[in-house]
Amino acid sequence: MGHIKLTNVIKSFGAIDVLHGINLEINDGEFVVFVGPSGCGKSTLLRTIAGLEKPTGGDLAIDGKVVNDVPAADRGLAMVFQSYALYPHMSVRQNLAFGLENTRMPQAEIAERIAEAARMLEIEPYLDRRPGQLSGGQRQRVAIGRAIVRRPVAFLLDEPLSNLDAELRGSTRAELAALHARLSATMIYVTHDQVEAMTLADRIVVLRAGRIEQVGTPLELYNRPANRFVAGFIGSPHMNFLEGAVEAVHPQKAVATLVGGNRLEFPVAGATIETGSRITLGVRPQHICLGPGENSIPAKIRLVEALGSETVLHADVAGQKILVVAPGQHDLSPGLDISLSLSTAPIHLFNEKGLRL
Amino acid sequence: MSRIAAFIFRRKGRNGWHWTDIVTWIWLVGGLLIMFGPAVWLVGSSFKSPAALAEFPPTILPYVTQKATVEGYDKPLDLYDATLPDGRKAVLAEVRRIGVISQMVDPEKPGEIIKVNISQRTPVRTMAFATTNYTEPFTHFDFVRYLWNSVFVTVTATLITLVVNSMAAFALSKYEFRGRTFAMLLILATLMVPLSVIMVPLYSIVSALGLFNNLWGVILPTVATPTGVFILRQYMLTIPDELIDAARMDKASEWQIYWRIVLPLTAPALAVLAIFSVVWRWNDFLWPLIVLSRKELYTLQVGLSIYSGELNVQWHFILAMTVVTMIPVVLVFIFLQRFITTGIAGTGLK
Repeated sequence: MGHIKLTNVIKSFGAIDVLHGINLEINDGEFVVFVGPSGCGKSTLLRTIAGLEKPTGGDLAIDGKVVNDVPAADRGLAMVFQSYALYPHMSVRQNLAFGLENTRMPQAEIAERIAEAARMLEIEPYLDRRPGQLSGGQRQRVAIGRAIVRRPVAFLLDEPLSNLDAELRGSTRAELAALHARLSATMIYVTHDQVEAMTLADRIVVLRAGRIEQVGTPLELYNRPANRFVAGFIGSPHMNFLEGAVEAVHPQKAVATLVGGNRLEFPVAGATIETGSRITLGVRPQHICLGPGENSIPAKIRLVEALGSETVLHADVAGQKILVVAPGQHDLSPGLDISLSLSTAPIHLFNEKGLRL
Repeated sequence: MSRIAAFIFRRKGRNGWHWTDIVTWIWLVGGLLIMFGPAVWLVGSSFKSPAALAEFPPTILPYVTQKATVEGYDKPLDLYDATLPDGRKAVLAEVRRIGVISQMVDPEKPGEIIKVNISQRTPVRTMAFATTNYTEPFTHFDFVRYLWNSVFVTVTATLITLVVNSMAAFALSKYEFRGRTFAMLLILATLMVPLSVIMVPLYSIVSALGLFNNLWGVILPTVATPTGVFILRQYMLTIPDELIDAARMDKASEWQIYWRIVLPLTAPALAVLAIFSVVWRWNDFLWPLIVLSRKELYTLQVGLSIYSGELNVQWHFILAMTVVTMIPVVLVFIFLQRFITTGIAGTGLK
């Protein structure tokens, strides 16, 4: 059981408000990822759930019971820290046993649980070493092992992969996903890396400045971002935003005049748009085609990044920056005038306040 | 061996002497003499007889003038290498000295007195260790009793110091509470108050608590030291807070966090404080002298003052016993200094 419900949770450190009324429900067995830029409060939110920080206001309930005043140790949660926080003076075995010894568990059962976790994480050969004698990846496994042996109702992971090198991060990510499938426990995972968020999450919670911007499955967030912030945060490279004003509205499509004078058609798809209002058009770099087409705009290339499988173009559309990811290799150079076609691209519409239309 | 020599005699100037080489040599040799000279003199002099101690110019090693028993004289006479008026050299015994003239006699021909100018003679000396300086105090001085008192005071006070100070340091470094910085400053401010200022009130308190003439009266006033709290707190600040959060998630009580996580990680700082505390308590003189007036409770340092009377200071015993009292401190330092290595607190991270 690992059902966690946050109702209007507020946290402030002195005069600084870090979390402004968080409402969130996490279901049993769900893998939820908190993402957001640095300082958005995602770690504070995790530490509040863990019980290491006391919420200033609001209620936190685990399995239907309000746990605001329950100490961290008695909430039945386990946490994996960003720095791993292994006890340096204890062997791996003692690190794993420490939490269990504190619950006065019989020695035989402790040994059994450690053996099981060690087998699962393949850390059996290092059980008698100290953390200082392990590599980063091994320490990371021990940190996860320390959480597993507790058999918690939910795992809280605070950027657990941020200290690993890129290759190890990829393989550990896959192992974490497998571990979640195997344990079917609730996991709450904090990261600022959207690739981790997209690949691991059942649901992603996007945070900004202590507020939830959007909660949804990875593809929901990618396909239907609720606002400009989420649209710009999810997806790599980030979405292009073209500012403009609505010139004319037809039943199926509308026409906008972009800043700089270019005109662009876009589908309306049920949104209510008024002629003359300011609008932001969001287009993902991967959806823009090179070459003249039906709905195209002229651009000037500023920089070409050839990655082999794809080419990233940094271009300029009458003063507005635009990124284009074109598959394959292209013989283009900075300074060249090109034409970009948006006829097949899904276009996201945002109003003046940045909300989705 | 040749590599050690090569290491020691390395110079910055490859072929000649760079000025930094000269400064370095003068500095290091001078430092060696200043630091180590007194210790060598102390150990050497502790084996001298009272007469040799009073000698001028002083020597490092213990020498005694050789004596010979000469027929016709009751006491053994001092032997000298003398240059006779005719230029011959001989070993003669001095009978008496009158002004600058020494009346001497050849031990082989005791009847004949030879007059020699005192500038023409030098004493015949050999090295001799006056081990009685060490053995005698053990027989007529209650050394073992004083040693036990000193060991008891030092060990107990050091253990209590480590526990009490580390608890204070833990609270001041790992708990957030109002007035934390002020409390730390207040503790440090007590460093500015010398013992002589608080001596009388402290004496009243110790006396009121019935600890006068009691070893606990020596131990208890000394166990809370601002220096110790400061050393340990600064070290504990370097222990990552995430370790303590992790322990909290692991259901550890605050006592367990202190005892099983923080204290083992503070070992290097504890070793430093232990050395300090042992040296302080072992060498303490004034406070034990005030509190202890019964002879059987004396610590070594107070006991040693017996040899320093108003009219007569028995330097040979004082020096010998000083050497003996130095030994435990040196041993403690040798034993603890290997713990003063860089901490391991950070090795479980990243």
